Amino acid sequence: MLRTLGGIATISGLLVVLVYQVTRPIIAENQRVRTERAVFQVVPGAVAKRDFVLTDQGLQLAGGGAQGETVYAAYDDAGQLKGVAFPGAAQGYADVIQFLFGYDPACQCVVGIRVLKSTETPGLGDKIEKDPAFLANFQSLDARLSADGSGLANPIETVKHGTKTDSWQIDAISGATISSNATGRALNQAAQRLVPAVHRSLDLLQSPPQS
Amino acid sequence: MAQLPSRQEALTLDTFVRGLWKENPVFVMLLGMCPVLAVTNSAVNAIAMGLATTFVLLGSGALVSLLRNWIPKQVRIASYIVIIATFVTMVDYGIQAISLDLYAALGAFIQLIVVNCIILGRAEAYASKQRLMPTLVNALGMGMGFTLALLSLGAVREVLGNGTLFGVQLFSESFQPWVVMILPPGGFFVLGGWLLLFNWLRARSERKVLERAGVRANAG
Repeated sequence: MLRTLGGIATISGLLVVLVYQVTRPIIAENQRVRTERAVFQVVPGAVAKRDFVLTDQGLQLAGGGAQGETVYAAYDDAGQLKGVAFPGAAQGYADVIQFLFGYDPACQCVVGIRVLKSTETPGLGDKIEKDPAFLANFQSLDARLSADGSGLANPIETVKHGTKTDSWQIDAISGATISSNATGRALNQAAQRLVPAVHRSLDLLQSPPQS
Repeated sequence: MAQLPSRQEALTLDTFVRGLWKENPVFVMLLGMCPVLAVTNSAVNAIAMGLATTFVLLGSGALVSLLRNWIPKQVRIASYIVIIATFVTMVDYGIQAISLDLYAALGAFIQLIVVNCIILGRAEAYASKQRLMPTLVNALGMGMGFTLALLSLGAVREVLGNGTLFGVQLFSESFQPWVVMILPPGGFFVLGGWLLLFNWLRARSERKVLERAGVRANAG
C-alpha cells in the first residue's frame, strides 16, 4: 500500500516539476509583457522603462536587493523621462481593485490610469475601466506637490457625478459610486506616498537609461 | 492486494457517444454545476474551461486505468485525488503560459477542477475498471459532452448579455445588452432553459419508442 502511494506521489511530483520548469520562463515573459504594456498605456509617448523600488531612503534602481513597492520610470525615444507609473489599490464593491497610474513630474499631474485586476460587477462597476467620460478625468488630473514637499497640495477626491469643480477632483460614474470612490481613494493614497518620493529622486529618474 | 471486480467493456462507438448524449455530464447527470454556472459568461471562457477539464479527464483517466491493478481499494480515493491534482496543476501552469488574461478570467475555477465530480466519478466508475483505450475514448466523450454543454450555455449568455459571440459584435450599436444574462442569475436561467429542452426531447423520443412498440403489439 505504501509502495503504491509513494509511487503515485513520485510520478505526480515528476510531472508537476517538469511542467513547472517548461512553463516558468514563458509565464515570466507573459507577465513582463503585460506590465510593460500597462506602463506604456498610462504614460503617453513612452517606449522604454526602468524599474525602481521605493525604500525608506527614497527611490532606488530595482535589482540591487532593495525591497519595497515597484515604480516604473518611462522614457521616450530620446531617453527623456516622460513619466512615472506606480501601482495603487483600494477596496471596491466586490474585492480589492488594483490600478496602475501614470504621473508626469513635468506638469505635476496624473496622465493615465489602467485597471490591472478587478472583479467589479460587469455593466456597472467595471465601467471604471472603459467609460470615456470617467477616463477623461485622468488625462491631466492635478497632483501638485504641497509647499513643504510632504504630500499633495490638494488631496485627490471623488465627487458626485456632475459636481466636479476643481482640477484635482474626479467626476464619479452615476451608478458605479463605490467603484469610482475606490479609484479616487487608491489614487490619493498612492500619490500621497509616491509623488514626494518621485520629486526627491528626480535626478536619479532623469538620468538616461543605459541600453 | 484487493482486486476490484473487473467487467471489461468492449470498445464501441457507444463508449464515446455516451458522454455526449445519453450520459451528458451536465444536462443528464447534472454534475459539475459550479464551473457550469460560474465561467460560462462568455463562449471563449466556456471552451477554455471545457478543454481544461477534458485534459484532466484524459490524463487522470489514463493514469488511473494503467495503475488500476496496483492501487489498493482502501486508499483508492486518496490516490485518485493525488493523480487528478497533478493534472490540474499542469493545466494551471499551461493556461498561465498560454494567456494571462484567460487565466484571470477563469480565476479560481481552474484549481477547483480538482473537486469536479465528473472527474472523480469517471475515475471511480470507469477508469478503475477498464483498459486504457476504452478509458481514453470514454473520457474524451465525457470531456466533449462537458465542453459542448458549457459552450451552449456560454454562447447564449454572451449573445444575450453582451451582444457578442467569441468577442465579435453581432448587433448594431442600438442593441441594449441584457446584462443580467452574464451575471450569476443568467447562468441559472439559461441552464434551466437547456434542461427543459433536453428533457422535452428525451421524453418525446421515449414516447415515440413506446408508441411504435404499441403499434406493433396491436398489429400482432
